[in-house]
Amino acid sequence: MSDATRLSVFKTYKLYVGGKFPRSESGRVYEVTDSKGKWLANTPLSSRKDARDAVVAARKAFGAWAGATAYNRGQILYRIAEMLEGRREQFVREVADAEGLSKSKAAAVVDATIDRWVWYAGWTDKIAQVVGGGNPVAGPYFNLSSPEPTGVVAVLAPQKSSFLGLVSVVAPVIATGNTAIVIASEKSPLPALSLGEVLATSDLPGGVVNVLSGRTAEIAAPLAAHQDVNAIDLAGADDELAKELEIAAADNLKRALRPQPVDYTETPGIDRMTAFLETKTVWHPTGSLGASGSSY
Amino acid sequence: MASAFEYAPAPESRAIVDIAPSYGLFIDGEFTEAADGKVFKTISPSTEEVLSEVAQAGEADVDRAVKAARKAFEKWSALPGSERAKYLFRIARIIQERSRELAVLETLDNGKPIKETRDADLPLVAAHFFYYAGWADKLEHAGFGPSPRPLGVAGQVIPWNFPLLMLAWKIAPALATGNTVVLKPAETTPLSALFFADICRQAGLPKGVVNILPGYGDTGAAVVAHPDVNKVAFTGSTAVGKEIARTVAGTNKKLTLELGGKGANIVFDDAPIDQAVEGIVNGIFFNQGQVCCAGSRLLVQESIQDELLESLKRRLSTLRLGDPLDKNTDIGAINSAEQLARITALAEQGEAEGAERWSPACELPESGYWFAPTLFTNVTQAHTVARDEIFGPVLSVLTFRTPDEAVAKANNTPYGLSAGIWTEKGSRILAVANKLRAGVVWSNTFNKFDPTSPFGGYKESGFGREGGRHGLEAYLDV
Amino acid sequence: MPTSAHTLTDVAASDSTLRRFLHGLPGVDAVGLEARAASLGTRSIKTTAKAYAIDLAISMVDLTTLEGADTPGKVRALGAKAVHPDPTDRTTPATAAVCVYPDMVPHAKEAVAGSTVKVASVATAFPAGRAPLAVKLADVRDAVAAGADEIDMVIDRGAFLSGRYMKVYDEIVAVKEACGASARLKVIFETGELSTYDNIRRASWLGMLAGADFIKTSTGKVAVNATPANTLLMLEAVRDFRAQTGVQVGVKPAGGIRTSKDAIKFLVLVNETVGEDWLDNHWFRFGASSLLNDLLMQRQKLATGRYSGPDYVTVD
Repeated sequence: MSDATRLSVFKTYKLYVGGKFPRSESGRVYEVTDSKGKWLANTPLSSRKDARDAVVAARKAFGAWAGATAYNRGQILYRIAEMLEGRREQFVREVADAEGLSKSKAAAVVDATIDRWVWYAGWTDKIAQVVGGGNPVAGPYFNLSSPEPTGVVAVLAPQKSSFLGLVSVVAPVIATGNTAIVIASEKSPLPALSLGEVLATSDLPGGVVNVLSGRTAEIAAPLAAHQDVNAIDLAGADDELAKELEIAAADNLKRALRPQPVDYTETPGIDRMTAFLETKTVWHPTGSLGASGSSY
Repeated sequence: MASAFEYAPAPESRAIVDIAPSYGLFIDGEFTEAADGKVFKTISPSTEEVLSEVAQAGEADVDRAVKAARKAFEKWSALPGSERAKYLFRIARIIQERSRELAVLETLDNGKPIKETRDADLPLVAAHFFYYAGWADKLEHAGFGPSPRPLGVAGQVIPWNFPLLMLAWKIAPALATGNTVVLKPAETTPLSALFFADICRQAGLPKGVVNILPGYGDTGAAVVAHPDVNKVAFTGSTAVGKEIARTVAGTNKKLTLELGGKGANIVFDDAPIDQAVEGIVNGIFFNQGQVCCAGSRLLVQESIQDELLESLKRRLSTLRLGDPLDKNTDIGAINSAEQLARITALAEQGEAEGAERWSPACELPESGYWFAPTLFTNVTQAHTVARDEIFGPVLSVLTFRTPDEAVAKANNTPYGLSAGIWTEKGSRILAVANKLRAGVVWSNTFNKFDPTSPFGGYKESGFGREGGRHGLEAYLDV
Repeated sequence: MPTSAHTLTDVAASDSTLRRFLHGLPGVDAVGLEARAASLGTRSIKTTAKAYAIDLAISMVDLTTLEGADTPGKVRALGAKAVHPDPTDRTTPATAAVCVYPDMVPHAKEAVAGSTVKVASVATAFPAGRAPLAVKLADVRDAVAAGADEIDMVIDRGAFLSGRYMKVYDEIVAVKEACGASARLKVIFETGELSTYDNIRRASWLGMLAGADFIKTSTGKVAVNATPANTLLMLEAVRDFRAQTGVQVGVKPAGGIRTSKDAIKFLVLVNETVGEDWLDNHWFRFGASSLLNDLLMQRQKLATGRYSGPDYVTVD
């Protein structure tokens, strides 16, 4: 053993798409620095084609994820919290670097983020009871409304809150059975890319969450215009970009969640879940029990 | 249908409705002319008779109406919910009292059979106001937080297929939640909305709470684009819906869209066959097929195709097409020359693409806009008549072999509004219903509506729900 | 229908083939069936159509008396009324038949002699049908021997509800044979006791397969008798049966039809479900008693423009 300081092993940050960790197909990277400008990593600069691949992966994963039992989805979201807990120190460091926070503040952020997964894990099998239900129609019909996931959702993660904000927008999307393509904070993508590694080991099926890093506007444009994307969360867009993307999203009537001021440290409401839920209402005749009990 | 038992004409009396030779815009509780004096004629599509001349709202009128609505909003939204409720109950009651008159009016202006306006449209209109009246003082229990707030001025643009019912779907929840309204009815069917304005006056509704602006697409566009409108609700074509979505992009306007559809009506080999035939007929010929949630694609299991088509054709031969005011008429007039041209063109395209066209022997009246009930067989997913919304009495028949194939074909459309399932097997209903990407799934029934039941689409059929508790969300700041 | 005409001949080959066939018939959705019947009930039948329908309805009435207190006098009066329903207006059509208990057949025959009015007799231990087959057949033979033109039999509902379809079938076949060539057989299901629409559809096919000339809803002796929905369902059955076998079978709703308005609704069902081939008293009947007077009053109203009253029609 040498007495010299051990040379650390750098991590090559990669995208997370379809359960795999590809580099950008473009081969491009960009430099990510900490809040003081110190180099942290060369990070994939995703292209339109990466976005397209992510959509394919998300679509492929949608059927099984939407069709999984709510209980199962809850178990997996909780598993994500468990996995994060074990890698807490890593994320504290990454969040501190990314957001220029002290160790203790970063730790509070990471704890809140882990707790957010737990919060949404508990929602998976409750949201349908809260927003769905039977409707007392004026006729001999059984009538039930239930929420269903919208489909493939493009998520522009918040630019500032690179981890808590990220999870606060991703978890509600997948809790209800959607699949997501997440564009990480442009300036601070590392916690998001590391989250991919956690997701990959949390029983979350590949493709349910796909993480891209790079220029938000460049990646978001093809996603907003993509005909096989069903919704878009514009949290990480400025007003100008948000408008542009909302216009593009209108081409196939994507559900668009506009950017709004959010305090991610607060307990969320259910709005981010309901924003990406459809309501399906099923009718069926109840019928008279017998011909002798004619209903008129 | 030649039979020894010929039904003598049984026309509903037209005398019950008094249509004035001209109508103004309804702004701030008064009927007024358009600022630029423009008017347009509304005609009866079954006879092409001019019913009335109606003021056509322009941008200046839209601005005036929005200002009136804004001014009224302050007091209206501050009223106790229980008081707003009573206004809505009053409106509901007056609609019930005047329902015969309104049914005749709607049939005249729209061309749909009196049987439908009398038995479907009007009862549903009244029920919708009753339903939302009851919500007005219970909003804190609706699941949108302890004190949900209204949005402000709602700009609403409605279609011509169910003029008064679509008005009810828009206005009732808007008022119950404390918003005020600027509503543009369709250019071919403005009259029932103007009669509704009169009902608002009879009910003593405060001035400016409801404003009605007849006009064409440009009027609607001005309503949607007005900077002081907080909420936009539109029912109509998907193309216009997309345009509206672009218009409101980047604003704070809340948007709900109820757009087109290409609903699949799936009939399995174990279906209750006679009821399925009725459901198919109701699914596509109700309101001449001019229904966004029409079951315009019949997906029939191959093993019963011949039998089902035979029954269906026999049944279509009994449909009675003609004078919409006749109480025995099943199929009325197409709403406009423009719509008739569109249906005609799409049907011709269906033939040109090789689908087999069939209609029952059916005499069409000489004046007015008419289209015989039409069936296309030998249709595949590639045919235009299987993809495009025709919005007319045209049914495309496709076949499938397995439930998986049925679901795949049903979902293979950019639309996602409605679907039907016919089978006696309960588990199959639930499994298929679960997989269909459609906002309303009717199993062993079709085209049923109720104010308590949320309605709206997936995908390009729009977003947001109208009806039920869900329908409140569109008008609340949540 | 699930089978071809060819295989229909084998349907009653055994208990199991019969059961399989009946259980293979398409199901009936009760709400949809009732909604269709109700929707046809909104047809507005006015002026000339109404006059046609009222006369047609009168001609389709099986004027019925089935009381323990029936007497030859009562039956004779009924027969007279059947022949000339409205003594003040001889253009009024005669009813289709009078319907009586077997022991009253000779009196009924006498009363309608020389007219078009048929004599129908309930038999087979009407209305319960709870008697040994030999007794039922004797009942039928007596009625036929006494001159009955038509026999209204009841099925064994107990056997039907316990799934012994073959027993029901065999009994109908035996009764049909007892009717001989001269009497037409109406098979009463007592739909109110069969309870479900699926059962009514099965019973309809069972009856037709066994040789019924008419299928009939009810005895008139239970709580629910003819309804628009059960009659619509039976009309669908005769329509489908003819399409498959070429054999036309009549339909008779009975019990509970009291007004002209009701009767016209049933005729609309006939018109729009099976069409004009059934718009004839050879193929459609009303089992009723008080209905006739209402039809007559409506007929008088149409003729005179005034509303009539019960003192202007006969009480027989």
